Parts: sequence; structure tokens; C-alpha cells
Amino acid sequence: MSRIANAFTSGKAFIAFVTGGDPSLARSEEYILELIRGGADLIEIGIPFSDPIAEGPVIQEANLRALAAGTTTDGIFGLVASLRKKTDVPIVLLTYLNPVFKYGYERFFAACEAAGADGIIIPDLPFEESAEVRPTAAAHGVDLISLVAPTSKARIAEIAAQSTGFLYIVSSMGVTGVRSEITSDISGIVAAAKAATATPVAVGFGIHSAEQAKEIARAADGVIVGSAIVRIIAENGEDAAEKLYEFARGIKSGII
Amino acid sequence: MSTQHGRFGEYGGQYIPETLMNEIHALEAAYERYKNDPDFVAELDALLADYAGRPSRLYYAEKLTKKLGGAKIYLKREDLNHTGSHKINNVLGQALLAKRMGKTRLIAETGAGQHGVATATAAALLGLECEIFMGKEDTERQALNVYRMELLGAKVNAVTTGTQTLKDAVNEAMREWVSRTADTHYCLGSVMGPHPFPTIVRDFQAVISKEAREQILTREGRLPSAVMACVGGGSNAIGMFYNFIGDEGVRLIGCEAAGRGVDTPLHAATIARGSTGVFHGMKSLFVQNEEGQIAPVYSISAGLDYPGIGPEHANLYATGRAEYVPVTDDEAVSAFEVLAREEGIICAIESAHAVAHLLKIAGEFGKEESIIVCLSGRGDKDVAAIARYRGITINE
Repeated sequence: MSRIANAFTSGKAFIAFVTGGDPSLARSEEYILELIRGGADLIEIGIPFSDPIAEGPVIQEANLRALAAGTTTDGIFGLVASLRKKTDVPIVLLTYLNPVFKYGYERFFAACEAAGADGIIIPDLPFEESAEVRPTAAAHGVDLISLVAPTSKARIAEIAAQSTGFLYIVSSMGVTGVRSEITSDISGIVAAAKAATATPVAVGFGIHSAEQAKEIARAADGVIVGSAIVRIIAENGEDAAEKLYEFARGIKSGII
Repeated sequence: MSTQHGRFGEYGGQYIPETLMNEIHALEAAYERYKNDPDFVAELDALLADYAGRPSRLYYAEKLTKKLGGAKIYLKREDLNHTGSHKINNVLGQALLAKRMGKTRLIAETGAGQHGVATATAAALLGLECEIFMGKEDTERQALNVYRMELLGAKVNAVTTGTQTLKDAVNEAMREWVSRTADTHYCLGSVMGPHPFPTIVRDFQAVISKEAREQILTREGRLPSAVMACVGGGSNAIGMFYNFIGDEGVRLIGCEAAGRGVDTPLHAATIARGSTGVFHGMKSLFVQNEEGQIAPVYSISAGLDYPGIGPEHANLYATGRAEYVPVTDDEAVSAFEVLAREEGIICAIESAHAVAHLLKIAGEFGKEESIIVCLSGRGDKDVAAIARYRGITINE
């Protein structure tokens, strides 16, 4: 069984996102290990990009902080490789297509494989364009994580059928960021996806509290929390470890 | 030129978040349905004629021609259109299309403010709500256009992220569109972004070369030796080039912003200094670093201050059909002044980039030849900035 599949075998999965290199690669490693200690079942690491068009202000600023700190794509691979010596928790990278394209698809996915990254999420690579990446990712054992949105409708079945690793359900219209309420028909979207695939489905965008996570986990196999974690890092800088551990424990306890 | 699914050679495509995919498919379907619909075409043609003032004039610049001593210089006067630039051609088309799609709200990015003004104008005319995204730095460079948009009933959002210029205005407009598609059409202002925008905008701007080709044949009885235009995203340039692409003897020359020079970091010369990448929904050429981070760019012209170029231009360059040259701030400002003094025409600083290259090459052509330069916009908006460039302080 792949590491990603493992994350979904013991109850609902808590998927935690951090922007790699915010505030530094060393802190990212420490913070990721704290999130895992607090209960995170899968880690998403953002490779920073100058113009992340699917992100709200919190993650946009984290991208800029990470770039200002000198974070490179190779730096992120180094972070993954270092984490791999310490944990078997699955690691999925998240970035925009341009840094991957510029690195070179073959070289990029070979580096993922060598470092021990299990999957990749590319928000600006929709299903129709994914063929230029998918075979190369697959050849290196890297799952290309597909996304579906509240607007996907008839596309859900088509996208779900091709999904590998897990299927990322975007909870709401708009960009990433904390939302007080999620109004989309999550259970309807999850049901449509599950009718088309056995791949686990996880829901992200806007989730920031244990209560919300519990609600979402009723329908989904996993919950993804990004901006709320990145905000803790933004507010606490070099001293976020304890707060991240507590936060992760809170989310995980909500979905067990 | 368009191949399968919005590709121009290897360039183009639809690299956008899943949330927008159904909306972009709906736009594509609506465009396919209406582009040849007689009622739609008649309504657009009537607006272009009676409201925008088309056809625009092809003016023989006799005095400038004599001064340069080479080819006959013709100016395609898009600056005389209502709202003062070529942007109205595209905006009227997209606004009518948006209404056909049942949309009640337009959003748009703007650099110099010309596209924002045009969008606000069409929204006012057609009874649509309008919100414009403009980099904060550009709202300061082009304060008059901000107030113009507000007079027209639009809300102008000053974008404070990133470099606070056109690139960031596009980012914010896309983020807004991802948040709200049901009632909102993103009226993209250039031949960029995800398919079908490069094709839609190209088709609406192609009227420039459709008219110019007929006008020059009437005047000269032969095709021009070259057509020229400034290039940021590339909408007036593709409009100027499109109907000449099949005419092999006609050189197509795009003039991009070299800012302080292509050997400095302060330029926006995508063809001269860019490389292939994927950004703002398209695969094309971008100014970026080796990590694929989009680079900050610079030009005196807010309208050309963009780190990418439309995918059809990237392909025209790759295939060798069009040539692209860098023009510095200094050269553009000098050309702005030359055109004012020689012909009594104050053109946009964007258009002055094309005029600047014309000044360099016109003498290389024979007197029996002709060149058409697209004057994409008028320069009222730039007068204060040119004065500043020359060290003169004036009260706007």
C-alpha cells in the first residue's frame, strides 16, 4: 500500500499544509514534525511561487516570505528528503505549474521520487491539461492529485475516475483562506465523486476549526487545513511549534 | 493560426483552477454560438460604427514621411476611437457577449487605465455593474484614468499585492472571478489568459487590420511593406497584424518595452529576455528567473509593463512570421515628442514605442513603399508623466 493510501486507513485523515521555507526551511521541518506529532496524517508542502493566483492573502504572503528567505525548489526537495529520514507520513507537494515546467517535468518528478515525495497538487493544471504531466509523474510513482470544485458538476465523475492518491474537493468558490461558513453541498459533491472512484476524498479551502473539521469529516475521508496553519506561523514566526502541535491535536480530535 | 483547443503551436491552453473550468467552457460555447450570429454581429457593428466611431482613419503622415525620407508613413488612428484607444473594440464585443450569457457584472484588469476606462464605458452603456482591478502604482501613475472610471460608475480596486502593477491586477481579477462566476464576466483586456480569451480578443481586435488592409489598398493600390504596433500583452498588435499574416511580403513588427534597456533588470521585454513558461492561464513567453518565479518588470508605460505576451505572438515569433524589437523609455519619449511636433498628434506612450522604432527604420525603405503604424491610443493620459520625465513639474 502506498504511503498516501495509508493515511486514510485508520479513521478520517487530517491533512496539514505549510508553505515550505516560511519562515525558513529549518523551521518548516520542525513545524511539520510538530503537526505530525499533533496528529497530522498527511503533509502538504507548498513550493513557493511568486504569483499564486488560487491563494488568498494569508498563503500569498507566506509564499512571498518563503521566496524572500531564499527558498528554492531544490531547497524543498532537501526538506522532503530530510523529513523522510524521520517520518513515514505521506508528503504531497503543492505548487503552480510554472516552477515544475521550468525545472523540467522529468527532472522534477525524478527529484520527487528521490526525495520521497508521494504526490503533487498543481492548482492551475486542470484535468484537460494534465496529460502533459501525468505520465511523467506516474513513471516516478508520484500521484497527481486531482481537484474538483463546487462548480465542477458533470466534470466530477470524469475527474474522479482518473484520480490517484486522493481526490481534493475544493469546498467553496474563490481562493484559499479561512471561512466562517462553508455553504457548498459538500456531501453531494463527495457522493458524486465516490460514485466514480474508490480513491479517498478530502475536502479543503476554508477549514480552520475542530468543529468545522468534524462536520466536513462526516461526509469526507479527510480534511485539509492550510491558511489556518499558515496564519499561526505568520503570527508566531520562529516560535510557532507549540501552537501548531496544539492546533493539530485540536483538529485531529475533532475528526476521530 | 489557431490549432486544437486554443493552441498556437505549443503556446496557449487553459491553465486555470478547476473552479473556473465550467465557466470558461460556457464562455467558449457562447462565443462559438454568437460570433457569427447575425443579430449579435449587427448589434456589435452598429455600436462600433455609431458609438466607437469606426472605421478608424488611416492617415498619411506626409510631413513625417518627408522628414524620414523613406517609406510613406500611414498611421492607423485607433487613438481617435471613443475612449481614446483600441481597447473599446474588444470591450464592446465582450460586453455584448456577457449580456447574451446573462451576466450582470463585468470585472477587468487595467494597466494604463485604457482598458479599465473602456470596460467602465461599455458597462455604463449596457447597464452592467463594473469593477476594475488596477495596481496601486498604476493608480498613482494614471490618477486621471482612475477618476474617469469612477465617473463612469465603476468601482476601482487599487491592488497592493506583489509589484502593484498590471501583472498583479490580473492576479486579483482572476481571484475575484474564481470567487464569483454566476453573474460576472471577466472582460480580459488583451490577447492573453486561458483559451478562449486570446482568440476572442484577437477576433474583436482584427477589425483594425481588416480596415487598414482595405484602406491601404485603396490609397496605394498595393500592400504595405511593414505594419508595426507596440506589444504588451499584444492586443493592438495582433489586431494590426492579423489580416496581414497571410500576406508574406508584409513584415509584422512588434515593439516591446525595453524600459531602461534590455541589459538592465528594468525592462518588460518578454521576447528579448523571456522564456517559455505557464502563467495567467496560458503557456507562452514570460520574463522569469531560472526557478520559474515571474520577474518584476518595468516600463515607463503602464500599459506595456507586463511580464508576458499573448500566445499567438509567442508563436508568430517562434515561426519567424513576426519580428519583435525592444524600445527603451528614452526612445519612446523622444518619439512621443517627435510625433507631437511633426504631425500634431499626441499619442499614448505605449504607441510611441512603435513610433520610435519607425523613426529608426523608415529610411531603410524605398519611397514607393509604405508602412502602417498602429497608434493604439491617445496620449492625454501621459502628458504629466512625460513632463516629469523631462524634469518639469506641472499641476494636473
